[in-house]
Amino acid sequence: MAGLTVNTNLLRRILVGFVRDEVHKVGVKKGVLGLSGGIDSALVAYIAAEALGPENLYAYCMPYRTSNPESEAHARLVAESLGINFKVIEITPMIDAYFDLVPDADNMRRGNKMARERMTILYDHSAAVGGLVLGTSNKTELLLGYGTLHGDMASALNPIGDIYKSQVWELSEAMGVPHEVIEKKPSADLWAGQTDEQELGFTYREADQLLYRMVDQRMSREELIAAGFDAQFIDNVARKVQGSHFKRRLPIIAKVSNRTIDRDFRYARDWGK
Amino acid sequence: MDFTVALAQIKPKLGCLDDNMALAEAAIEKGIAAGADLVVFPELALTGYFLKDLVPEVALSLDSPQIQRLKKLSERISIAIGFVEVSSDFRFFNSAVYLEAGEIRHVHRKVYLPTYGLFDEQRYMARGERFRAFDTRFGRVGMLICEDMWHLSAPYILAMDGAMTLICLSSSPGRGVSESEGLGSAAAWQKLTSTSAMFLNCRVFYCNRVGYEDGINFWGGSEAISPSGEVTDRGALLEEDFVLAKVDGGALRRERIFSPMMRDENLAITVKELKRIDKEKDC
Repeated sequence: MAGLTVNTNLLRRILVGFVRDEVHKVGVKKGVLGLSGGIDSALVAYIAAEALGPENLYAYCMPYRTSNPESEAHARLVAESLGINFKVIEITPMIDAYFDLVPDADNMRRGNKMARERMTILYDHSAAVGGLVLGTSNKTELLLGYGTLHGDMASALNPIGDIYKSQVWELSEAMGVPHEVIEKKPSADLWAGQTDEQELGFTYREADQLLYRMVDQRMSREELIAAGFDAQFIDNVARKVQGSHFKRRLPIIAKVSNRTIDRDFRYARDWGK
Repeated sequence: MDFTVALAQIKPKLGCLDDNMALAEAAIEKGIAAGADLVVFPELALTGYFLKDLVPEVALSLDSPQIQRLKKLSERISIAIGFVEVSSDFRFFNSAVYLEAGEIRHVHRKVYLPTYGLFDEQRYMARGERFRAFDTRFGRVGMLICEDMWHLSAPYILAMDGAMTLICLSSSPGRGVSESEGLGSAAAWQKLTSTSAMFLNCRVFYCNRVGYEDGINFWGGSEAISPSGEVTDRGALLEEDFVLAKVDGGALRRERIFSPMMRDENLAITVKELKRIDKEKDC
C-alpha cells in the first residue's frame, strides 16, 4: 500500500511516548480502556501496557447479551498476554432496563446507547482507579464518522486517532497482538454476524487508499478519478467525512463576549504541563 | 580555536517559566561541569511552544530577573536560549538571546513566523525585522530560529555578514511517519542543516527540543555539523539528551581553503539582481 505503509518501530516509539508523556504529565500513572475483543482496543492496550506498565493498565470488557462470546474470549486473551488488569462488566441489565421503557428503539439507537453505557462505566472506573480513559478510534473511523459521539469516541487521549485501519493492522502485527484478533473481520458486535465493512459498503483497505490521498495528500476529485477511484465511491466517502464533522468538534458556542472559549480564548490542553 | 558546544535537548513545560528556568539552569551547570564553552537551547526553551494566548503571560523583557540570572551565568559559559520577548511597546517576539561574559551580545527576533499546517505563530507574535551576525569569542556568529532556516536568504545574509557559525534554535514537531527509517520532518531538517553548512562554509549547531504538547511530539535529534556538511554529533531521537560536541577550530579554516565559495561569492551581483527584481515587482 503506497504511502500507507509505515515504519512500525518509529510509529511505536512515538505512540508509546505519547501515552507515557501525556498521562504522566497530568500527575497520573494509570490508564483505563474498554477492551472489546477487536483489533483497535487490543492495539491501544499493547501501546499503553508498554507505556505505563501492565500493572497500571485497567481493561474492561463490557458485553451485551447479543455480543459474540468470541469477543470476550479475545479480550481476555489480549489481557492475559499482556498481564494487565482485566474485568468483565455485563451491560445487559442497564441496557435492557432502559429499552423496556422505549421498546420501539431501532438498532442504531440501541447500538449508540450501548456505546454510551460503556463510556459511563469507563469514566466511572477512571475515577475509581485514578486513571485516564484511553481512546481506541482509528483515523479511518473518525473520518468516516463510524463511531458514537460521547460513546466510543469519548476519551482523555487517543494514541491511534491519526493512523488508518491499514496501519492499525500493520502496527498490531509488529507489536505482537494475537493473530486471532488481527485476522477476524472488524465488527461493532451489536448483533451476530454484523461486520463494519458490510455496513459501510466498502472495505477499510479501499477506504484507506482513498482517504489517504484525499485527506493527507489533498488530491482533488479530478486527480482521484484519474488515479482510478470510482466517482461514486469518492462522493460517498467525501459525504461521510463532511457529514460526520460535527462528531470531531466540540459543541459550538454562541458568541456574545469578546473572549469566547476556543474562538478567542485559546490555550493548549497541556497548559501548564 | 577548538571549543566544546553543549546542545541542551530539553523538554520544557508549556507555560511554566519557573520550571523551565530551573531546567535551563541545571543544563547550564551541567555544561559548565562538563567543560563546555557554549550551551545552546531550543527555540522557546523557557516557555514551551504551543503557547497561543499564553504568549503575553510568559513574555520576558531583556531586563527581567530571569535574563539577569542567565547573564550572570554567562560569565562562566556562553549561552544561546529561546524565549518570548516583550518590547517596551508591548510587542511579543519569538526571540533568542546570546549571552557571553555577563553581557547580552545579541538578540535575534524570529523573522519567519510560520502560519500554515499546524503552525499559528504570527497570530500571537510579532515579526522580527533583521538578520545580523555578531562577534563572540568563537568568532562571528549568526542566530536563526527554526523556520528562519527554511528561507535560503536568512543563513545567506548571516554568512555574508561574516558569520562562520550558525546557531539554529528549534522546536520542530515530528511528523511524516512513512516507510523510511526516520521521521519526514527529521530527514528534511538533516538535509537542510547539512546543505546550509556546505553552501556557506559555516559550522551549524542545531538544537531541537523533545516532549509532547497536546499530542504533538518534538523529535530532538540536535546536531553539530562541520563546515563541510558532515554531522559530527547527533542527539537522541525523541528523548531528552545533552550533546557535547568538540569543535575542531581548524576544520573551518581548512574547509574555507578547499571550498572557497564564500570568498568567491559576489555580493555586488546578488544585490544588483535583487534590487532589479524588487524594482520589477513594483511595476
